Amino acid sequence: MFNSSKRAGAFAALAVSFALVATGCAATGGDSSGDGDGNLAITFLPKNLGNAYFDTSDAGGEEAIAEFGGTFAEVGPATGSPDGQVSYINTLTQQGVGAIALSANDPSALCDAIGEARDAGVKVVTFDADTSADCRDLFINQADSEGIAKVQVDLIAEQIGDAGQIAILSATANATNQNAWIELMKTELAANHPDIELVEVVYGDDDDQTSFDKTAALLQTYPELKGIVSPTTVGISAAARYLQDSSFKGKVQLTGLGTPNQMRDFVNDGTVTAFALWNPGDLGYLAAYGAKALIEGDITGAEGDEFDAGKLGSYTVGADGVVLLGDPYTFNKDNIADFDF
Amino acid sequence: MTGTTAARTYRDYSQPLWRRLLISREAAVIGALALVIIVSMISVRAFAQPITITYLFLDIAPILLIALPMTLVIITGEIDLSVASIVGLSSVTVGVLHQNGVPIPAAALVALLVGLIAGAINGALITMVGLPSLAVTIGTLALYRGLAVGLLGTTAVTEFNKFWTDLAKSKIGETAIPSVVILIVVLALVFGILLHFTTFGRGIFAIGLSPEAARFSGVNVERTKFILFMLSGIVSALAGIYYTLRFGSARGDNATGLELSVIAAVLLGGVSIFGGRGALPGVLAGALLIGTLASALRLANVTSDVINVITGTLLIASVVGTSFLAWVRNKRARPGGTKGSSPTATG
Repeated sequence: MFNSSKRAGAFAALAVSFALVATGCAATGGDSSGDGDGNLAITFLPKNLGNAYFDTSDAGGEEAIAEFGGTFAEVGPATGSPDGQVSYINTLTQQGVGAIALSANDPSALCDAIGEARDAGVKVVTFDADTSADCRDLFINQADSEGIAKVQVDLIAEQIGDAGQIAILSATANATNQNAWIELMKTELAANHPDIELVEVVYGDDDDQTSFDKTAALLQTYPELKGIVSPTTVGISAAARYLQDSSFKGKVQLTGLGTPNQMRDFVNDGTVTAFALWNPGDLGYLAAYGAKALIEGDITGAEGDEFDAGKLGSYTVGADGVVLLGDPYTFNKDNIADFDF
Repeated sequence: MTGTTAARTYRDYSQPLWRRLLISREAAVIGALALVIIVSMISVRAFAQPITITYLFLDIAPILLIALPMTLVIITGEIDLSVASIVGLSSVTVGVLHQNGVPIPAAALVALLVGLIAGAINGALITMVGLPSLAVTIGTLALYRGLAVGLLGTTAVTEFNKFWTDLAKSKIGETAIPSVVILIVVLALVFGILLHFTTFGRGIFAIGLSPEAARFSGVNVERTKFILFMLSGIVSALAGIYYTLRFGSARGDNATGLELSVIAAVLLGGVSIFGGRGALPGVLAGALLIGTLASALRLANVTSDVINVITGTLLIASVVGTSFLAWVRNKRARPGGTKGSSPTATG
């Protein structure tokens, strides 16, 4: 009986692994459209799978690849770890895909794996999150600081009639991105909006409750306050939640950087008129066209290279192989239903 | 131990070694591994090339390394869940020291010492305070990871000397086999001899079968466990050094969740989670099986969540399958009896 049960265990293990491998094989096929010139097999490798933001960007990539007749695939680790992405970059190198469109989990940990991929002839385009500039061929940058600062100032100016007191609800006091944007916003306000007074910059530490409390404090301290700008997704949603249930709803305008899923209710009930971010779908779309241009040899990633990007028009490669997507995207009641991320 | 277990153990050893090896659980895992390799070579595009071996070993080297001491720990009936956090702590130690101008060999030595201390803390809490290892190492899993992330924050140290990062990825001569395999083979031999051919190793099995009986037969249970947790700590730290250099990146969150892959490999390799049973060759095959399967599935464009589901199912099937069979066997042998491992029953 002892031996027979052992044998049963062995058979079970064998049967299971066989079934699993068979399932795995069923998923093979059509993964790349062959080698040689114009291998337009482009695989998207987001930071992790099951992330609505990357679902949107990768769908944009798929749309672009369908337009120019390439082969789209999407792979990625379950959690946003650099080691998981290294395994996938290795795998794609083995498969000999034409290009990888990558959102990097670490600026340098992936460089060796990317180097091996490029040595094997695979083009590497980063989007959303870059690696060191010398690792990859091209980086599709979602937005630059000037554009992000300007769109938020424009939105709040429009919403409060270009006059009155405003405050900024930021992330942490030493957040590099936010501080750079705030400086640019101050410059923009001074230059083009003389009637708007920035009364205070407060910090919600990118913590929901702290941001909520700071919003309450701002509204108590400045009874004449007409608008709040929150250049952080945590801050804007906490502030919106406070405004929604307060007497200030509709009287104090709120804008900043947010995501559609987080802000949907507040936009639909009028707490927030409009906010900004980039469009991840366009980002993936542009990354796919960048990859195509590299594969077909139209560009090398050098500064000044120009390529066509379908519905988005023509783009020029900037310094360090960076391509700027364009101005941030404004979300409002009319278009928010089109987005799910 | 009960009469059935005693009789079974006796019967185990009543057969010659070659026969025991041939029909063992280990043989089943090795067979499954061979099958996965053959099927993948035939049906998965781009699998049958030397580079597959390179990437496979580079990827699973940390799992293979940590699985060695983990096997011994689990055979004593204990568990060490803090290994991946020690990998992270070791990685950060190397990174922070290197950032401050300490050369890699010295930084690596300090990291090994940190791992040894981390393991000793686990061992002390378990053997001297008498707490269960599951509770202790869940605690230190959080503690060591917290220290690692706290030391470096969300930043990473990435400026490593190319000599060392290249060494971590180097291959043996002109072959496709990474050099790290030499380290794995040497350590596997050391741990294999320790477990299977020494008094210390027989003590490990004895503790897993019954700590009381082991103690009465002269095994120093506390000392043995303490040494094993220190070994687990130091080998995890070694894996952390490799991990840091292989990816050229010291991060607090390096190798998060690796403990589960290690334990999966150990259990898949036929080691009983209740202790007392297991062998190193099976564990090595188990780790290779998980790695090869993941590699083949990735090449077949199967998504990572599906790969996790498949690996998990495989593990459950193998562990639950054998446990269930043992339970059925027990029920049939002793109708109406309690669990076979109950120490109150006498043969």
